[in-house]
Amino acid sequence: MKIALFGNPNTGKSSVFNLLTGLRQQVGNFAGSTVDKREGFLTIGKERYTITDFPGAYSVYPRSKDEKIVYDVLTNKNQEIYPDVAVFVIDAANLERNLLFFTQVYDLNIPLILVLNMWDLTAKRKIEIDIEKLQEAFPGVQIVTSNARLGFGKTRIIQAIQNINLEAQRSFFIKEYLIAEINDQEKQITETTLRYQKIKKLIFEVEKINETKTDVFSRKIDKIVVHPIWGYAIFIVVLLIIFQFIFSFASIPMELIDGIFTNFAAHTSQILPTGVFNNLICHGIIPGIGGVVVFIPQIALLFFFIAILEETGYLARVVFIMDRLMRPFGLNGKSVVPLMSSVACAIPAVMATRTISNWKERMITIFVAPFMSCSARIPVYTLLISLVIPKIYYFGFINLQGFVLFSLYSLGLVAVLLVSFIMKFIIRSEEKGFLLLELPSYKNPRWTNIGISIIEKIKLFIFDAGKVILAISIILWALASYGPGNSIEETLVKTKELKSFSDLNEVEKERELASVKLEASYIGRMGKFIEPVISPLGYDWKIGISLITSFAAREVFVGSLATIYAVQDDGATKTRLIDRLKRDRNSKGEKTYTIASGVSLMIFYVFAMQCMSTLAVVKRETNSWKWPLIQLLVMGIIAYLSAYLAFQLLH
Amino acid sequence: MIELSSLKIGTKTEIISIEHSSIYSKLVEMGFLVGSTLEVVFKAPFGDPIAIELNGIVISLRKDEAAFIKVRETK
Repeated sequence: MKIALFGNPNTGKSSVFNLLTGLRQQVGNFAGSTVDKREGFLTIGKERYTITDFPGAYSVYPRSKDEKIVYDVLTNKNQEIYPDVAVFVIDAANLERNLLFFTQVYDLNIPLILVLNMWDLTAKRKIEIDIEKLQEAFPGVQIVTSNARLGFGKTRIIQAIQNINLEAQRSFFIKEYLIAEINDQEKQITETTLRYQKIKKLIFEVEKINETKTDVFSRKIDKIVVHPIWGYAIFIVVLLIIFQFIFSFASIPMELIDGIFTNFAAHTSQILPTGVFNNLICHGIIPGIGGVVVFIPQIALLFFFIAILEETGYLARVVFIMDRLMRPFGLNGKSVVPLMSSVACAIPAVMATRTISNWKERMITIFVAPFMSCSARIPVYTLLISLVIPKIYYFGFINLQGFVLFSLYSLGLVAVLLVSFIMKFIIRSEEKGFLLLELPSYKNPRWTNIGISIIEKIKLFIFDAGKVILAISIILWALASYGPGNSIEETLVKTKELKSFSDLNEVEKERELASVKLEASYIGRMGKFIEPVISPLGYDWKIGISLITSFAAREVFVGSLATIYAVQDDGATKTRLIDRLKRDRNSKGEKTYTIASGVSLMIFYVFAMQCMSTLAVVKRETNSWKWPLIQLLVMGIIAYLSAYLAFQLLH
Repeated sequence: MIELSSLKIGTKTEIISIEHSSIYSKLVEMGFLVGSTLEVVFKAPFGDPIAIELNGIVISLRKDEAAFIKVRETK
């Protein structure tokens, strides 16, 4: 049997869902859309129920992509997903407003259970609800109370599900009812107004509010949190704490994961018989999967914090105080969350834009989010900084290397603001942006909800980005392992015949061969082929190769350089690689890595869309290749021109 | 008759009209109805957006959106 959960946002609908299904849930997409579909299972006796948690909405009429799903499912009985039973969750302390959507669902004649959630709050706020009278108004509906946050009401809801009478006699709340066409504003308004008039009458009979009590506690916190100075100061501190965790503390599990995959690849390569298969697994697939898994600690931490901020109610205040600042740039207060997420990874950031209902504001946010420096850029930045930026302290405490790193992050942020400002004038849209947002009262976070939310986000990341990163890794592996004809074989033979080669020890020989092999491969040729294009930026073909390989994920840049220069990857410090790069000279005998070429390269990585998975996610979220291709092009042009300028000025 | 957007914090008011606009139905869904009482509880820095308490819930509104709502003071 299919059960659907409906309700307004902030009514504890997700808590009811978690209460009923526990951890037996999965996340997918609604057919034909990218909206997350949370589905869970409940078994009572022999009967197995599939429970779907639909996005929260204020009425059947959609105002965002997520909410359109609700309209689509409710207005088409022939769909596979159409529920047998609807469980409608209401915040009992806000009966009046919650009833609008409820009466709409009621008039659609679906077998219905009404859950008066947050029942404890009614007593606290001295609200009396006459359930019998409510029942009279909605014959055929089972009404139960719950307090899902604290885990109460599960048995009552389950009983109601078991007792459901699919043919119960029902009436209509509004006889003239017609679900108006989505685009017919006038009809929607008439319908909604009519409904509210009846609801007001009903509320008068059913509900008695003995005392209108404002939430003094929340108001007190709000005074500080939206304060012109303290509000922003608190937000900056919150950001600093989050970034501290993402950058410093996440590096411990990340290095561990990195080490495990490196060792695993090395061991597997010894166990499996040598050949193409061995090569594919140990140099293509295992590092490819490793490249996905390594980001999980950061993403988990980021979403842990975002979930806490959301659960406590603070995030809505951030949106509230940031909206005015973001608007001149064509962004929305809600753009803050994607931009924050972008500092870890652009993929969850692009997905987080779904809450922005205005199409234009959402597109701009998606477009600029990848300019924020994500965690995959860190290895590139740190390598290049220690390579070309001297370790100097100014005034005894300003570390030049640290300052450069800070500047790179700032540069990304500047790009976000500039590009969105320009896009504001380019993208045309009649639709007006709005910020009708509920600022919920402050609550303690519910840890199970946070846990479930983190697991969902990681799953999405693994399956979305993971597929692309893995596929690209395999393609790049093939391009790096094979060359036209038997050119690789020939180069290997030639290298082995060199006198200098025979002087090397076994390990050095192996590295030297790997290096010449890469040079002779398709990718090596591509690197050489693009050299004329990138030499004005100060790069040689070796950097060209690494630019191409790092399309899978930016951090691959470092590993590719290590292979090309035939140095051993010696972990986080990369001392050997840095030494080798410092000594490298180009065909004219000049140093390859100077301040000019190094800075140019860093700037290139700040701006360029060196990430296939982001492109894939943008394609999925915007439903066309148009946006990702424009993004690739625009970011590429900005990267190229700025890197060119930087190199020519510093050269 | 006062425009909601120019209301001071703490003034208790009643909605007397809501102008028809693209967000009219969204406002109605959130509970903005003629006759409902509301109060501006706080404002964001720069005075925009504003936070309104309506039926015990706090809702944020940009100033442009609030301009559609006309209110009068109540005691």
